[in-house]
Amino acid sequence: MTSPLWEVFVRSRRGLSHTHVGSLRAPDAHMALRNARDVYTRRQEGTSIWVVPSSQIVASSPQEKDSFFDPAGDKPYRHPTFYDVPEGLTHL
Amino acid sequence: MDRPAPPAQPELEREFSERIAADERIEPRDWMPDGYRATLVRQIAQHAHSEIVGMQPEGNWITRAPSLRRKAILVAKVQDEAGHGLYLYSAAETLGADRSRLLDLLHEGRQKYSTIFNYPATSWADVAAIGWLVDGAAIMNQVPLTRCSYGPYARAMTRVCKEESFHQRQGFEAMSVLAKGTSAQRRMAQDALDRWWWPALMMFGPPDGQSPNSAQSMAWGIKRFSNDELRQRFVDATVPQAEHLGLQIPDPQLHRDGEHYRTGEIDWTEFQEVMRGNGPCNRQRLAARVRAHEDGAWVREAAAAYAEKHPAAA
Ligand SMILES: [Fe+2]
Ligand SMILES: [Fe+2]
Repeated sequence: MTSPLWEVFVRSRRGLSHTHVGSLRAPDAHMALRNARDVYTRRQEGTSIWVVPSSQIVASSPQEKDSFFDPAGDKPYRHPTFYDVPEGLTHL
Repeated sequence: MDRPAPPAQPELEREFSERIAADERIEPRDWMPDGYRATLVRQIAQHAHSEIVGMQPEGNWITRAPSLRRKAILVAKVQDEAGHGLYLYSAAETLGADRSRLLDLLHEGRQKYSTIFNYPATSWADVAAIGWLVDGAAIMNQVPLTRCSYGPYARAMTRVCKEESFHQRQGFEAMSVLAKGTSAQRRMAQDALDRWWWPALMMFGPPDGQSPNSAQSMAWGIKRFSNDELRQRFVDATVPQAEHLGLQIPDPQLHRDGEHYRTGEIDWTEFQEVMRGNGPCNRQRLAARVRAHEDGAWVREAAAAYAEKHPAAA
């Protein structure tokens, strides 16, 4: 039987959030963490690692990508660039 | 397992201090002094509470916005503030705090939110003034917090600051429209500035001499600039903007001093009174918050019941 799949997140340095770097197979959490260290941080790429069972990740589906993200598409006023800043004024 | 014994207390303290001295971030699983943790929980919770209570004065104007454009913008802004509250409650939870407990503390009046939200928004111009001045002051306060020593708080602030920029601009834009409008509109704009200017200055907290916890927060890298420094920056940034609008800052003592503008004396007794619960809207704001929480209880219960019946729902 193959081991479960784990998603690996690495914090490259203090102050930054953990970022997804890939996945690996391992029989348990402890091994997953050890393997992640060996697979993804051999050159000191990280100061902290998270491993999460892939089966626990809930993902949005590519098919519904449009309807899922569309609502933000027609709201340019959420961006500061939507507004004119008068010439010469700062801190706006 | 073959885990090494945890390091002794003095070593942990030394490591923590070295990290702070080197301007490195502290992350959730690091050892940290109890006082550091407690200070952060209190500050982040208070910040989160301010975001969600802060939805009220402006939310009040959504149905009465003067145009569809203004209404869409205002909805987007108030929605952002809800989001800011969520980022911040999450950051507090990385310190072991429990979100529902923090809300209880707010509702019981045992944790505070910014005094500014205890003032009423009585005209449409107030919505403009809030965006321009209150969000403007919030940005001054929050930008240095993106470099706060606690990683999750700093990262939440980075997100928040990116979003705040539109809040301030839409306020300034709405204010410009009024300031360039009819004489009635100009009066509205001036009246809003008259009422929001001083409370906005108070948002930076008591003067440095009367801010007992500031020194420790500075030493811990939670705070980067003193209350008075940030207030001064805000004044320097905002006075030219008011001049551009052709509006009068309600302070006869305001004057230029080299690169700075100096204000008259702030009425700190007013600040203390609002802190103590005696501002114009304290009771109303807290009651509205508690009511929203209670009225929403059935939604939370229904969602939990559904999740229990359909454990595999995705
Ligand atoms: Fe906000
Ligand atoms: Fe805001």
